[in-house]
Amino acid sequence: MNITRTSRIAGFAAIIAVSSLTLSACAANEGGTSEPTSTLAGSLVGAGASSQGSAQEAWIAAFQTSNPGVTITYDPSGSGAGRETFIAGGSDFAGTDSYLNDDELAGTFAACAAGTTPFEVPAYISPIAVIFNVDGVSELNLDASTIAKIFNGSITNWNDAAIVALNPDATLPDLAITPVHRSDDSGTTKNFSDYLFQNADADWVIEKPSDTFPFESGEGAKGTSGVVDAVTNGVGTIGYADASKAGALSIAKLKVGDEFVAFTPEAAAAVVAGSKPVDGRSATDMAVKLNRKTTNPAEYPLVLVSYLVGCNEYAKAGVAENVKAYIGYILSPEGQAEAAAQAGSAPLAAMMAEEALAIVNAIK
Amino acid sequence: METQVAVSRQRPQRRLGDVVFSGAALAAGILILVSLAAVTIFLIAQSLPAFSADPSDVSKDGRGFWSYVVPLVFGTVWAAALALLFALPLSIGIALFISHYAPRRLALTLGYVIDLLAAVPSVVFGLWGITVLAPAMQPIYSSVVESLSWIPLFAGPVSGTGRTVLTVAIVLAVMILPIITALSREVFLQTPRLHEEAALALGATRWEMIKMAVLPFGRPGIISATMLGLGRALGETMAVAMVLSPSVIISFALMTSQNPTTIAANIALNFPEASGVGVNVLIATGLILFLITLLVNSLARFIINRRKEFSGAN
Repeated sequence: MNITRTSRIAGFAAIIAVSSLTLSACAANEGGTSEPTSTLAGSLVGAGASSQGSAQEAWIAAFQTSNPGVTITYDPSGSGAGRETFIAGGSDFAGTDSYLNDDELAGTFAACAAGTTPFEVPAYISPIAVIFNVDGVSELNLDASTIAKIFNGSITNWNDAAIVALNPDATLPDLAITPVHRSDDSGTTKNFSDYLFQNADADWVIEKPSDTFPFESGEGAKGTSGVVDAVTNGVGTIGYADASKAGALSIAKLKVGDEFVAFTPEAAAAVVAGSKPVDGRSATDMAVKLNRKTTNPAEYPLVLVSYLVGCNEYAKAGVAENVKAYIGYILSPEGQAEAAAQAGSAPLAAMMAEEALAIVNAIK
Repeated sequence: METQVAVSRQRPQRRLGDVVFSGAALAAGILILVSLAAVTIFLIAQSLPAFSADPSDVSKDGRGFWSYVVPLVFGTVWAAALALLFALPLSIGIALFISHYAPRRLALTLGYVIDLLAAVPSVVFGLWGITVLAPAMQPIYSSVVESLSWIPLFAGPVSGTGRTVLTVAIVLAVMILPIITALSREVFLQTPRLHEEAALALGATRWEMIKMAVLPFGRPGIISATMLGLGRALGETMAVAMVLSPSVIISFALMTSQNPTTIAANIALNFPEASGVGVNVLIATGLILFLITLLVNSLARFIINRRKEFSGAN
C-alpha cells in the first residue's frame, strides 16, 4: 500500500517535471532565425506608463531578437510610479505620459552621473477616438463643447438640439445617451479631459485634468477593453478609447477650426509636431505643450503622447550603450512602424524623430 | 486534568513519528497566526499616513478619508447582501434536493456539477457578466424602470449597458452558490437518521420532516456556510471591477449607471496608477474591509454559539 502510493506520487511529480521542461523548451525557441551580429550585452530595466506597455513589449521582442545579449524588462506600473522609480535609481529609463515637472527636474536623479540632467523624448503617440453605438447612425460630427456636455451629463438625449445642429444630415433617434468613461485611473482620461478643458472650459468645469474621470455622471468601465465592451454591448452609448482598440465601432469626427476631422495616424503625429516645446527646458528635453486648440484641419488634437526619460550621462558604466541602442531603435522608423503594427500607435513625424535620435545618440 | 497528566507520565517514551507530527501541526497552527498578524501589521502600518493626511490629498472632493470610505463600505455590504438574498434560498433548495429528494444517481451528478461551478475563476465570471449577462438584462431593466420607477429601488434613469449593481449581485450570487450549497448539503446529510425516522413515524410528510428534523439540526451549518459565502462576496474583486459601472456614492437604486462600488473593486481599479498618499488611502480602505469581514465572522460565531443548545444536535 505504502509503496504504491509513493510510486504514484513519484509518477505524478515526473509528469509535472517533464511537462514543464517541454513548455520551457518551447518558450526558448521563440526567437526567430535572424543571425545576431550585435555585441551588446547586459540588462536594461524600465518602468512607467502602461499606455506604452504593449508597444514596449513589441520593441523588446524585436530588439532582443537582433541583440540576444541584452535583456530588457519594462514594468507598466504607471507614469507616476515609473518616474519615481527612475528618480530613485531603481530603473535605467522611465516611460511617462506626463513630462517631468519642474520639482522633479530640480531634484537629483540617482541613476545619472552627478550634476547631469535627464533627457526626455516623445516615443509613443496614441490617438484617442470618441466611439459610439447608436442604431442607424454611422457618422457623427462633434465639437469639444458638445462632447463635454455629453460626458458631464448635461446633454442626455441623442436628438438634443446641440447634436442635431452639428449633424443636419443624420437621423438621430429619441434615445437616452449613456456616456462611458474609464473607471480606473488612466492617462487616456487625462488627455481626453485636457482636450475638453482647453477647448470647452465653460462646459468642462474642473481645476486641472487628472487621471481620474472628474464627474459623477455616466458609466465607468475598467480599462480600454472594458470601455469598448460597454459601448459595443450597450444601447445609445458613447465613450473614448485608444483609437487602435476601437474595432468595428463608429468613430466620431472632431471639429477642428471650421472642419470635422477624423483621426488618422498622420493627423495625430502632426499635432504633436506642430506643438510648441515647454518653456525653460534644456536642449535634451523635448517635452511639448500639446496644441489642443489647433485650428489646422490636418491635425487631430485628441492624442496621448508618452515620453521616454533617461540620463544624458549614466553613473554606472555600460548602461549608456544599451540605452542608446534600445531607445535609438524605438525612435527609428522601424521601431515606430513596429509599434504602429503591434500597438496601433501613430509613428512620430520624421523631423521630430530625427531631433530625438540626435539627443539619444549623444548619451554618455 | 489529573488523569491526563497521569497518562502522559505512564508513557514517557515518545516515538519519533509522534514528535515530528505534533511539531508539524504546531508549526502549521503558529504559521497561520503569524501570517494573519503580518497582514494586520502591514495594513495598520501602511494605513496610518492616510488617517493623518491632508483631506484634499485623500479624495478629490477634499472631505477626507471617512467621507471617501463610507460609500465604499455601503457598496460592499449592499452588493454582498443582495447576492446573499438571491443565493441563500436557492442554495438551501438545491442542497435539500440533493440530500433528501433527488434519486441517488442524479444527486451525485448534480453535486459534482455544483462543485465544478466553485472552480470557475472569477475573471471568467466577470467576462460572462460583461458580455452575456449585462446585455441580456439591459432590456429587462429598461422595462422595469419604465413601469415601476416610483419604487425607489427601481428609480431611473436606466443604465444603457446593464452593468449595474443588480447584475453584479447576480454574478456574485452564482459565485457563492456552490459554496453555500456544498456545505449545507454535507450538513443536511449528517442529520441523525433517528430524528428523521421519528418524524416520519409520527406521520410527518417529507417537508414536515425536513422542517422539524433537518433544518433545526442544520441551522449552525447553514449559518457557517452563509458566512463563508458572504466572505467571498464581500472580498470579490475581479468580477465586480469588470462588471460594475462604479461611482463613490450611496444609492439604493438597482438599475442606474451610477452604482455604489465595493472596497475590493475600488482598490483593484485605482491601485495600478496610485502614488504617494493615494496608496495609503487605498490600503486603509483594505483595512476597513478586513475589519468588516472580521465583524461578520465574529457575528456568525456568536449566532452559532447562542443557538447551539436549540439546534437539536445532541
